[in-house]
Amino acid sequence: MTRASAVRIAITVALFAALALLPLYAHLTGDRFMLTLFTRIVILAIAAVSLNLILGYGGMMSFGHAAYLGIGGYAVGMLAHEGVYSGFVQWPVALAASALFALIIGALSLRTRGVYFIMITLAFAQMAYYIVAGIARYGGDDGLTIYKRSEFVAPLDLSNKVQFYYLCLLLLYGATYLVWRLVNSRFGMVVRGARSNDMRMRAIGFPTYRYRLVCFVIAGTLCGLAGALLANHNDFISPATMYWTRSGDLIIMVVLGGMASPFGPVFGAVALLVLEEFLSGITEYWQIILGPLLLLVVLFARGGIDGLLQAIGKERSA
Amino acid sequence: MTLFIEQCLNGLQFGLLLFLLAAGLTLVFGIMDLVNLAHGSLYMIGAYFAATFAAWTGSFVLGAVLALAATLLVGMVVEMIAMRRLYGRDHLDHVLGTFGLILFFDESVRLIWGPEGLSLPLPSWLNTAVQILPGIYYSSYRLAIIVVTLAVAAFLYVLVMKTRIGMLIRAGASNREMVGALGVNIKLLYTLVFGLGAALAGLAGLMQAPILTVQIGMGENILILAFVITVIGGIGSIRGALVSALLVGFIDTLGRAFFPDLLRMVLSPAAASTAAPALSSMLIYLLMAIVLVFKPEGLFSAGNR
Repeated sequence: MTRASAVRIAITVALFAALALLPLYAHLTGDRFMLTLFTRIVILAIAAVSLNLILGYGGMMSFGHAAYLGIGGYAVGMLAHEGVYSGFVQWPVALAASALFALIIGALSLRTRGVYFIMITLAFAQMAYYIVAGIARYGGDDGLTIYKRSEFVAPLDLSNKVQFYYLCLLLLYGATYLVWRLVNSRFGMVVRGARSNDMRMRAIGFPTYRYRLVCFVIAGTLCGLAGALLANHNDFISPATMYWTRSGDLIIMVVLGGMASPFGPVFGAVALLVLEEFLSGITEYWQIILGPLLLLVVLFARGGIDGLLQAIGKERSA
Repeated sequence: MTLFIEQCLNGLQFGLLLFLLAAGLTLVFGIMDLVNLAHGSLYMIGAYFAATFAAWTGSFVLGAVLALAATLLVGMVVEMIAMRRLYGRDHLDHVLGTFGLILFFDESVRLIWGPEGLSLPLPSWLNTAVQILPGIYYSSYRLAIIVVTLAVAAFLYVLVMKTRIGMLIRAGASNREMVGALGVNIKLLYTLVFGLGAALAGLAGLMQAPILTVQIGMGENILILAFVITVIGGIGSIRGALVSALLVGFIDTLGRAFFPDLLRMVLSPAAASTAAPALSSMLIYLLMAIVLVFKPEGLFSAGNR
């Protein structure tokens, strides 16, 4: 093992261990807000991991990824509104609905490339936003309060904050592992190959459109899971969850953490949301700092945090 | 019938307004290959400037002219500070960088003007109804918007197709290195084009201001529509932007006005009134999906992009 990867691995392991030990810290210091904040961070990290699958590895610049957060969340919220509380019904419906939406918009959007793809995914996500905002039965613009979290068999109780945090964390670890295995499989190689040179992949006989579509659907489904978690976490779901700036936030997490890096999105989600929390503590107008900061990251730090870690490791070993 | 004509004119007016936005977007993309999400922010800034300057000077027209100049200036400064460094980068970089600019602009506006919206009152000579056909009256301000946007469209056509600057713009779009090698100051040209796009967005914003409230985030909803228009029309094509802007303007306006009634004929009144708002806001996206199925590059594709 080289020194370069040793530094990176050490810091990654440290982050994952710190996430696992966080409830202990929150318990000891009595800082309940910390647990709430990090539950949200972990959930959005799952969404970022799923986006990284298509954005980082697949080169599919989806600007509508927050739509699945909303669809997963609304599946839970709408079913709860109709009196169906069982998580064994709610969650599969959330996943299926997200997968279906991903299949439809993916089938249309993947016919296009580059900027068209960015704009089309953005437009479809906005369409979903307007549809949901127009359904008066489920709160419309104002959103929908969820009075009861998803019910699973005892002893799993989502209303218990520590249990819920560990469930989210476990799913984040699972999602990261799934994406890591996926991108290193034959399937993942085809998708990554299609990112580098689609025509060549097709020439050697791979129907890349189908591979990319399946990849797109997997990412959407995974993000739908994050949506179901988010709705349970907030006890509330509103169209704002799927507004296009939220998709922008997810892209920022992926790029900030490091694209096409297995742990990058987790770094990115933690970094962005902690930074937001920190900046909003300094000034009410914190976005005036965050905006230019983003521009600087884009201009000067393309590899993101993971790229930075690799660079530090390389300097040390040189 | 009166309602129908009125809604058609509303559709025309909305479509032409969208054209101003989409033209700037597509111009910048076609020439600099730059995806500019902050285009909606320039629209918002145009509206805020107009409301402020009109209040200062006490004249709507003077305020509008000053706002237009100020937006042009803001656009050129933004180009020189930020956009210039993004040319030649990945489209994802454009998206992220300009997304950062949106956050900056939104928050700056909140800092300067406060979180409440502003309003831009119309002068009395524009706030009347004129008789366009016997018995049919229409808002004179909306008519004025139609006239101004048509004039701007004609101006753009002449500028791009008939003048020396337009020739350079078109040449720069097809081969920027070659134009630079021939001794044209390509940097200045880009700054001017970006400023022009900004001014078009600002004009759209300030004309829309008296109809809607001037508020933070006003540019973001309409930006998505402008995106849909550029995708339908073919990115980089001004002619495509005009055609699809009118298409989207009509479908959106007429859809919202008459689709609920049409739905009521098919569905029960209760079901129709639940489904109508959601479905009528879907119409333009459906249009986009249909166009994409048949022409993935848009109706008037600019070719290699």
